[in-house]
Amino acid sequence: MGRRAIKVDALARVEGEGAFHVAVRNGAVQRAEFRIYEPPRFFEALLRGRAYTDAPDITARICGICPVAYQMSAVQAMEDALGVVVPRPLRELRRLLYCGEWIESHTLHVYLLHAPDFLGFEGAIDMARAHPDLVQRGLALKKTGNELMALLGGREIHPINVRVGGFYKTPRRRDFASIIESLKRARDAAVETVRWVAGFDFPDCKRDYEFVALRPEDEYPFNAGRIASNKGLDIAPRDYDEHFAEEHVARSTALHAHIRGRGAYLVGPLARYALNFDKLSPLVRSAAFEAGLGPACNNPYRSIIVRSIEILFACDEALRLIDNYQEPEEPAVAVMPHAGIGYACTEAPRGMLYHRYELDDDGTILTARIVPPTSQNQASIEADLATCITGWLDLPDETLRHRCEQTVRNYDPCISCATHFLRVEVDRG
Amino acid sequence: MAEMGASVSVASPLVIGVGNADRGDDGVGLTVARRLMIRRPHGVRVVEHAGESMSLLDCLSSAESAYVVDACMAGGPPGTISRFDVAAAALPHVAFGCSTHGMGLAYAVELARALGRLPRRCVVYAIDGRRFEIGAALSPEVVTAAERVADLIRSELQCASPISQ
Repeated sequence: MGRRAIKVDALARVEGEGAFHVAVRNGAVQRAEFRIYEPPRFFEALLRGRAYTDAPDITARICGICPVAYQMSAVQAMEDALGVVVPRPLRELRRLLYCGEWIESHTLHVYLLHAPDFLGFEGAIDMARAHPDLVQRGLALKKTGNELMALLGGREIHPINVRVGGFYKTPRRRDFASIIESLKRARDAAVETVRWVAGFDFPDCKRDYEFVALRPEDEYPFNAGRIASNKGLDIAPRDYDEHFAEEHVARSTALHAHIRGRGAYLVGPLARYALNFDKLSPLVRSAAFEAGLGPACNNPYRSIIVRSIEILFACDEALRLIDNYQEPEEPAVAVMPHAGIGYACTEAPRGMLYHRYELDDDGTILTARIVPPTSQNQASIEADLATCITGWLDLPDETLRHRCEQTVRNYDPCISCATHFLRVEVDRG
Repeated sequence: MAEMGASVSVASPLVIGVGNADRGDDGVGLTVARRLMIRRPHGVRVVEHAGESMSLLDCLSSAESAYVVDACMAGGPPGTISRFDVAAAALPHVAFGCSTHGMGLAYAVELARALGRLPRRCVVYAIDGRRFEIGAALSPEVVTAAERVADLIRSELQCASPISQ
């Protein structure tokens, strides 16, 4: 193969801004680098000196797409530090709020960001011209997620109703009346979504990932469970730092994470699914089998199916939670600040999100540590690029460039969370 | 999203002021909306909107006639007013941001058009801003432009012929 250089200045349809560079020498991938070059956002430093009660609303501002994830990890880490146990009805309400976020975030990615890759469209607007009914279905599905977030969180983006110890205000049972029908329609639309994406053509690629996700005993994970992997990891969230490390690499303003002594790992829908398949409801498992999935999926390009399965799960779970909802006696339990260290992991749409806070006697935050999913997946994205591209080096530059972008989009990367525009560059020497 | 005139019908004209009041001249759309709310033209809905594209799409879809006001950086002096009939043509020279962070008004308008959900009358007023720093006030030129655009929209609302069925 001759020497070729492929450069793309902007990867579209991702959350935030970054770049990648693939160097090819003598017909082989020499290196694949996923670059995040936005300035760091310093949220952890911003939290120092603030009250423990400020963390959920400050960290929610890290992301407009997954603010609930930040709120959940923040409040649960604070509750861990302060010895607060949230009663089951409040815990279930948090789970319901998380369902709303998964529906809106996953649907945005499946319909508007990722599906155009498989159907040969430049973006969702082109796809909407050709398939308006499909895009309308996605928008209606996403809207149901937003409605659920507005109902529980006070507004669709950056909810304001979550607090350490519970919520500021909890809904009455009757408040769910109008959304139940929306969720039933959304569940039907999610079933159709799974069937739709299952019919896409997928590149042949299989990777030996170390999947890492929360694994609760008796439920598909949102905000509980031990950290588990398919290669033997089984630890409490408070032991995260003992088993995972972050390092700065020159090409990224987001820290790279790895499992100590082992290396890259993968968080997100593929990992959650592989480690918790048995916790899915019969309806969802059945849809997965119908879509051609087994109990695990190692082809990153098929992640769009797994993400759609999780949309279906979130709709189904939301209806179950609403059906079982018992109005809490109080919207929150009392919290008394004291010195302590708290840890929490919850499952953001893009994967496990770790928070750790150290508080002083009056609950002032002394240190904060936040490890977002995209930050954890950077090494895995690079490995996917290096592995998958090797078999495609004969492709024309334009096709190869698109395949590389699609490879990154498999992760629904939220670059803004990790530290924001993705520049793509393939250097063939 | 703040809205006044919600009781009026879907056929009522809609004014959407887009922006962020905490980012200097980016708040000019909101300022125009607020000026129109003070003496809201009869039967007109006025909405303040943060600019998230999917929500904007829903908002646009709810009207047969819409006037949208947003700040821009089109290269003109601060306070320069541009009027676009987006029902007839896309916003000119719009570079959609590549990431989801670039999904704003132009994206919402084009997605609405592709889906057949664009109001039959849809006008965008864009006002060139100068400063967009956190906490900055509106530039004096932009304040003057906001008053002018509010007057222009009032005039359009008074003169506009009904949307034919």
